[in-house]
Amino acid sequence: MAIAAFAGNATAVDATPRRRSWVALFLLLPGLLYLVLFFIVPLVSLIITSLESQGLDGSFAYGFVVSNYTDSVSTFATQIWRSFGFALIATVIALLFSYPLAYFIGVTARRWPLLQSFMLILVIAPFFISFLLRTLAWKTILSDNGPVVTALQGLSLMGPQGHITGEPIAVVFGLTYNFIPFMCLPLYTTLERLDLRYLEASSDLYASGWATFRKVTIPLSLPGIVSGTLLTFIPAAGDYVNASQDFLGGTSSTMIGNVIQSNFLVQQNYPAAAALSIVLMFVILVIVSVYVRRSGTEDLL
Amino acid sequence: MTPQNTFADSGADLELAGISKRFPGFTAIEHLDLTIPAGSFFALLGPSGCGKTTTLRLVAGLEEPTTGQILIGGRDLTNTKPFQRPVNTVFQSYALFPHMTVLDNVAFGLRRRKMADPVGKAHEALRLVELDHLAGRKPLQLSGGQQQRVALARAVVNRPALLLLDEPLGALDLKLRRQMQLELKTIQNEVGLTFVHVTHDQEEAMTMADTVAVMNRGRIEQMGAPEDLYELPKTTFVANFLGQSNLFTGEITASTPTSISIGVSGRAIVVPKDRAEIHTGVVTIGVRPEKLNLLTEEPEARTGVNVIGPGRVIDVSFSGVSTQYVVAVPAVGDIIVFAQNMDFGPVVTVGAEVWMSWSVDHGFGLADSPELVTAEAGV
Repeated sequence: MAIAAFAGNATAVDATPRRRSWVALFLLLPGLLYLVLFFIVPLVSLIITSLESQGLDGSFAYGFVVSNYTDSVSTFATQIWRSFGFALIATVIALLFSYPLAYFIGVTARRWPLLQSFMLILVIAPFFISFLLRTLAWKTILSDNGPVVTALQGLSLMGPQGHITGEPIAVVFGLTYNFIPFMCLPLYTTLERLDLRYLEASSDLYASGWATFRKVTIPLSLPGIVSGTLLTFIPAAGDYVNASQDFLGGTSSTMIGNVIQSNFLVQQNYPAAAALSIVLMFVILVIVSVYVRRSGTEDLL
Repeated sequence: MTPQNTFADSGADLELAGISKRFPGFTAIEHLDLTIPAGSFFALLGPSGCGKTTTLRLVAGLEEPTTGQILIGGRDLTNTKPFQRPVNTVFQSYALFPHMTVLDNVAFGLRRRKMADPVGKAHEALRLVELDHLAGRKPLQLSGGQQQRVALARAVVNRPALLLLDEPLGALDLKLRRQMQLELKTIQNEVGLTFVHVTHDQEEAMTMADTVAVMNRGRIEQMGAPEDLYELPKTTFVANFLGQSNLFTGEITASTPTSISIGVSGRAIVVPKDRAEIHTGVVTIGVRPEKLNLLTEEPEARTGVNVIGPGRVIDVSFSGVSTQYVVAVPAVGDIIVFAQNMDFGPVVTVGAEVWMSWSVDHGFGLADSPELVTAEAGV
């Protein structure tokens, strides 16, 4: 075939790659259209909205009001810091909880494939029920008349006026609980592929169990750690369900997601909501790129 | 046990006492007793699945023996963890850490033991294997042969009392293999460590080791210097696994104070008693193919010479240095003859009628018979 191509005229040689690129473009078309329609257009419209000015009658007009940003950031600085703080705590707890679990499923349980798949199903099973329903269920469990508070009060570990729901602890708990599968699955996929011969080589080279874990297991599972933490941190920072007062949150635990939601849907202050959304997106982008650069796993993105 | 901070002064004895290892469903090693003296280059030779790698893993501490004791330098280390043993392994897969540079790989063991100047010592070890210029690379950027040398440097740099090599040359091509064999020998001479080398390659075992143990189905069949094993194998397995052998089985027909003879297709084949394992009943006598003379006329019967034939040459394969002939002898089977090419090319052609003779002193009597071995193995 190659010889025939060289023997033929030049146009015939050129035709093959060009036709192939048209096919590729054609196949890409739905995806590109989707991106333009559902990402680029809303993003541009969001940016335009975030710069709009509000007239005296409450209507919005096109403008270039940068103070939308400065005002909303200074007004809601507490909520912004709180969001990233909560997301960070939830991510760390989820990592500490998921790593041993993923290690057990991916490494220890390798000899028992049945146990392995059973435990994986248990990790994924919560997805079979709506995220909202599960969070509501936790609200009931953690409510003032629920079993947890009653038990803690009965043991005098909690004052009679104490709450769990509405407090930051309930929100962080909800975030951790809801995002643990997102942490666990990437960790599992890297640990499942972990070559145990490296661990043997490490222990052969005088590394104790802890040194092997620190110097070999963790670095080799870093891709899973990075993608797991990103998949947890990014949605947790923007989450508005857990912190909502209808679910686990209260007035002292409002996150930026709730502020954006109420500005959009309740107060209908569209420029402020749009500005906050863009700030949130920008901050996450910066955090993620610094994090990925630092952990040396650029090829993940 | 303090392997920390100090290098072993010299190699150490390795003693395995009554070791057995059972996995669910099969026995990898059954009752192994073995002593490897300090400073020797010891090879465990056997086919795959014979338990040789398991033996190595037991010594390294990566597996626990079901019964028995492992002593290194006279100390019982049976219940210690791998990182507490003065032992390093060159793994079959090399197992170089992919996330570290070559230099960090080599310095890994030194750093864990908090040795002084790990980087300097690692560079020194890399110079020994002539790879210091690649110290900054990642293992996956190296060729197979280079990775193998890094694995060797990573183990040798720790100056372990005992260095275990698990088929480390298996993945290399012939030329590199030869080169590495020589390098390994040189390193062993230079640093004076005890080397235990596991391999299925008989040529590698014979050229490198000063003692070879042939392992089969979890037991050591025979152990000794390579030339002793080759010239005087004691079992059918060793006779066939280590080089090739022509084996003749028959009932003893005559016995003198110094020799026994068996009858094979009407001829007597004699072997000295001190070269035979058993002296009564059915005996298998073997002879190496290169010890046979190929004759085109029936020779006169002489004492001290065994003759077999006539047979017909059914295959001639010329390999430059020597020629291998396969001769079919009625009622005996195929006999292999190696002949040096002293003249130009093969001396006989396919179809020629030939006799074969060999000096009685070149024969060996085995402790078992091929038929019994195959029956036992259920073939």
